[in-house]
Amino acid sequence: MLEDDDFQRSEDVVEIEIAQPATPVATSALTFRDLFSEMSIALTSRPGRTLLTAMGTILGVAALVATLGLAKTAGNQIVSRFDELEATQVKVEPQQQRGFGEQQQTSVIPWDSEDRLTRLNGVRSAGIFSSVNVSDSVRSVPVDDPLDESEFQIPVQAVSPGFFDAARSSLATGRFFDEGHSERNDSVVVLGPEAAERLQITRVDNTPAIFIGDKPFTVIGILADTAREPSILNALLIPNGVARQTYELQAPAEVLIDVEVGAAELIGTQAATALSPGEPDKLRVAVPTSPKRLKEDVASDVNALFLVLGGISLLVGAIGIANVTLVSVLERTGEIGLRRALGATRRHVAAQFLGESVALGILAGILGASLGVITIVVVSATRQWSPVLETWLPFAAPAVGALTGLLAGTYPAWKAASIEPIAALRSSS
Amino acid sequence: MSFVVELDQVQRVFEGPPAVEALQATDLYIKKNEYIAIVGPSGSGKSTLLHLLGLLDSPSSGTYYLNGIDTSALSERERAGMRATAIGFVFQSFHLLSHRTNVENVMLAEVYKPGSSKNRKQRAVDALEQVGLGHRLNAYPTTLSGGERQRVAVARALVGKPSLLLADEPTGNLDTRTGEQILSLFDDLHEAGLTLAVITHDDEVSQRAQRQIHIRDGVVTSLETSG
Repeated sequence: MLEDDDFQRSEDVVEIEIAQPATPVATSALTFRDLFSEMSIALTSRPGRTLLTAMGTILGVAALVATLGLAKTAGNQIVSRFDELEATQVKVEPQQQRGFGEQQQTSVIPWDSEDRLTRLNGVRSAGIFSSVNVSDSVRSVPVDDPLDESEFQIPVQAVSPGFFDAARSSLATGRFFDEGHSERNDSVVVLGPEAAERLQITRVDNTPAIFIGDKPFTVIGILADTAREPSILNALLIPNGVARQTYELQAPAEVLIDVEVGAAELIGTQAATALSPGEPDKLRVAVPTSPKRLKEDVASDVNALFLVLGGISLLVGAIGIANVTLVSVLERTGEIGLRRALGATRRHVAAQFLGESVALGILAGILGASLGVITIVVVSATRQWSPVLETWLPFAAPAVGALTGLLAGTYPAWKAASIEPIAALRSSS
Repeated sequence: MSFVVELDQVQRVFEGPPAVEALQATDLYIKKNEYIAIVGPSGSGKSTLLHLLGLLDSPSSGTYYLNGIDTSALSERERAGMRATAIGFVFQSFHLLSHRTNVENVMLAEVYKPGSSKNRKQRAVDALEQVGLGHRLNAYPTTLSGGERQRVAVARALVGKPSLLLADEPTGNLDTRTGEQILSLFDDLHEAGLTLAVITHDDEVSQRAQRQIHIRDGVVTSLETSG
């Protein structure tokens, strides 16, 4: 018996050496198509469970998409409402200096600001204006009649000719004064409409005069309206020349600049240097919030909070997938053992479970993106906004989902791969 | 005479502590178209032998030739490939996937078999017809009786045309009558040329085989030939 065995064995060894090269061993293989079909069967055999597993990720992706989309939509909305008038206005005034009252008057704004600024590219018009300290009351008749109600305290402002353009003022009648009036120290005045009404002056063709204290001024124009600096509606506007000579105006108080759309930021950086090359720091330039910055501000405010929330719910979603996948690995121990017996390697098993969770993530990404887009559209519809969506966003969402699934599936897949087929097959499932 | 299985001084020791010699050095030969039964009480080492034969486990020492190929020289992927192509498994608890139809369950056997995607469904249908379940192709295993389920499992084991069918207590979860049906199915398959190794502790089952191999405490005690 023993001899027989030995004989047969040695004979077979010879046979094997001949046979082995002729019969190459086929390695086990899992085609992508088979893997895909195994995954889809696993995911679709329990659709309710699949959906619940993916729910956390769906909500996370939906939150992210809705957040980014709504921030974009809202940002655009605010920008479209943006005030053109506001956006093209730049104002320059001296820095408030700490010190004695008199020193504060030593403004660095020069009288020829208008010339200096209109040379800058992007400036439409510029004008200086200052309040004139006039203690006298204003009358439309030269007689000092104590019974007459024709004496008023009306603010007086000295402005340069360019100011009317810069403030976008329009005339009801007459004309604005010009540089010549200022140089000749002409006593002329342009009335704001409210001031004109109080002084009961409605026309200028008869060259009416008013008196500031005892000094007569010829009314050469009456304003209809102004887009900026509404305080001039109730003021007397006089040229700088007469203001300096008669009322000892030391320096202009403010510069108003009307700029081209989009040039505000640029002019803002240049104006101070143009006006005061020596001490630009002493000037304060007020620039409107630029549309770009506004958009960014809105986006970052809204985003920061909701992106964090979206991220957290994505994390919760990932934990959900990991959890359920891990449970299903334990549930499917028998199946894993069977697959190993049928020729699956550890890699094949890992690939299947990882593939399932990635597919689940992609599915969740697609559903989440849809949900997010629906949210954007519904919110936009109720607010009557136009929904704005980055085109890459719906495509990035499945990728985010896939990444979530990949991260969530790694540990369960490793766990599944490390199951020993022997132990798995003994379990009776 | 060509051998499907040749064990040359194959030994399996489970590393301790304490180390357990589940299978002592064993020589075993299974000829082509032989029908053998591996008999022994639980804990005797017959499952260890089954796992070694099924390439689910590797011997601690010795050499296992399957179809003349030295399996100890194979990579993990090649061993898996041999499981897919050369061996068919039948388990006591069937191991059918409940969410798949019978055809899909049988088709699963070839998922890991290279170059097998063509006509896979047709082969699965043929295998089911071979075990007498041609009328329940698209039923789910949960709607079947135990005997029918085991026949689906046998069909799954047959579909890849294996060199060796390994059955681990195939009738263990079945009553006598349905168990008998499975055993006569095995007889038919043997008639048709299949090599079978059935592991059992049931003498009635083992008597159906040509040869019984008794195993106790890791020692193969008899290699008697009957019939």
